[in-house]
Amino acid sequence: MKILVCITHVPDTTSKISFTDNNTKFDKTGVQYIIGPYDDYALARAVELKEQSSGSITVLNVGEAETEPTLRKALAIGADDAIRVNADPVDSFFVANQIANIAKEGNYDLIMMGRESIDFNNGVVHGMVAEILGIPGLSPVMTLDIEGTTAKMTREIEGGKESLEAELPLVLGCQEPIAEWKIPNMRGIMTARSKPLNVVEPSDNSVRTQLNNYEMPAEKGAVKMVDADNVSELVNLLKNEAKVI
Amino acid sequence: MSILVFIEISEGEIKKTSLEAISYASNIESGVTAIAFGEASEENLKVAGKAGASKVLHVSDDKYNEANIQAYASAIAKAAESEGAETIVLANSSLGDPVAARLSIKMGASLASNVVAAPDTSNGFVVKRSIYTGKAFANVDLTEGKRIIGIKKNAATIKEDGGDPSIETFSPDENADDFKVKVLSQEKASGDVLLPEAEIVVSGGRGLKGPENWGMIEELAKTLGAATACSKPVSDMDWRPHHEHVGQTGIKVAPSLYIAVGISGAIQHLAGVNASKCIVVINKDEEAPFFKAADYGIVGDAFEVVPKLTEAIKAING
Repeated sequence: MKILVCITHVPDTTSKISFTDNNTKFDKTGVQYIIGPYDDYALARAVELKEQSSGSITVLNVGEAETEPTLRKALAIGADDAIRVNADPVDSFFVANQIANIAKEGNYDLIMMGRESIDFNNGVVHGMVAEILGIPGLSPVMTLDIEGTTAKMTREIEGGKESLEAELPLVLGCQEPIAEWKIPNMRGIMTARSKPLNVVEPSDNSVRTQLNNYEMPAEKGAVKMVDADNVSELVNLLKNEAKVI
Repeated sequence: MSILVFIEISEGEIKKTSLEAISYASNIESGVTAIAFGEASEENLKVAGKAGASKVLHVSDDKYNEANIQAYASAIAKAAESEGAETIVLANSSLGDPVAARLSIKMGASLASNVVAAPDTSNGFVVKRSIYTGKAFANVDLTEGKRIIGIKKNAATIKEDGGDPSIETFSPDENADDFKVKVLSQEKASGDVLLPEAEIVVSGGRGLKGPENWGMIEELAKTLGAATACSKPVSDMDWRPHHEHVGQTGIKVAPSLYIAVGISGAIQHLAGVNASKCIVVINKDEEAPFFKAADYGIVGDAFEVVPKLTEAIKAING
């Protein structure tokens, strides 16, 4: 089975977010970058599937040279080779087009990624890729098993989950508990250095949105503390001040 | 010209988030058509009128009772064409998002999701999106002539002064390729209030010490008409089911009131709840980081505070 896992290169969840250039550019100073947490789940499940039934995993990122350590980490976790589309991922449509073009050439059985990136949070790239390729796409996928050419999955729905079945090829947006995150071991880290990382130029530069600027949310007011022996005061505040009960 | 709104039906009724989407759309243009799939009575569909829709297209064929991402996207694209709609509005959800993605490719449309404010059309078509999981916003111009807007829960106020909409049956062309995914079964939480929809959420963390202590969380939730939730460690330890896990990699909620009991407030947890209008934190550790994100806080033992809080709410509710 050939699996393509698409990963994002995103600021660590704990990063402080700020902008420069009159709020038009993200300030990367001091920011630690990681594999998108949802993409990490997709990659972990792909590694498990490969261990069960052989095959190969190609990991793909649309990003500039600075994302290569993130791709190397994915190689250390268990991907066989990597592709970096050398471009700034400015727009979901742009990214989806790059992924779809790579996918068409590679003839993959499964195209997996996270349900959303934790920077832009659009959560639509997997669906766009599926539509461009004309194949089913499902998200958010919580479990995945492959039997022959059939994928059996559960997908989260509001307040529960549904069990689904579809024939490969498929595009999946993944989330927990599809697999436990994997931490690269020393052998993985060493072998990752020699695995192929191919850089390709973008195949299509179309975008459908234009970023004007960023904004920060209004500062939150100070917390109002209530004495533990005076719980009815909290109820009073929730009813008459916040008006939420 | 009209705007088309994809509305989701749950238990035969239009979901609250879909009524928000209709109201949001009616602030852009007055001609709002809604499209609904599956089993719903005419009376229930008419509620879309109150929120601002003048027409409802109903795809009532049994084939569409199951939420089928591909078939819904195809049908909505067809409806947009027949209605001359260039803007589609829908609510962000586990169904709305993948439907929007496919639809944007079918229609050649710009797409933005997690939109939190009405568009600014003074120069282009600019929407404000929530990014970095609620830590910032981006103002994005949707540059194509056609556009799809996914709106975040609580981003629009539901109107109730609209009129009586016409209800029309809509029969999209079926494509066998759209029905390749088989839904085998569905499992929904048995609680009265579903977490993603809840106006009030009562959430517990490791501070509750074990699943056997969740009774008091459930009692407080029941008293408030709230849904119950939990932090990631709690679902990881199987104290509570995964669909109750709120946070960066779990469910993201945006209730009017979020009550966190025995949760320290790791940044990953905050990412799932920072869109809540009002946050109450109950924790015995006065240094818990969650207090910094809270509107109201109580430093105290959950086992003493929560039952007292439940009693105090019962008292005001008479």
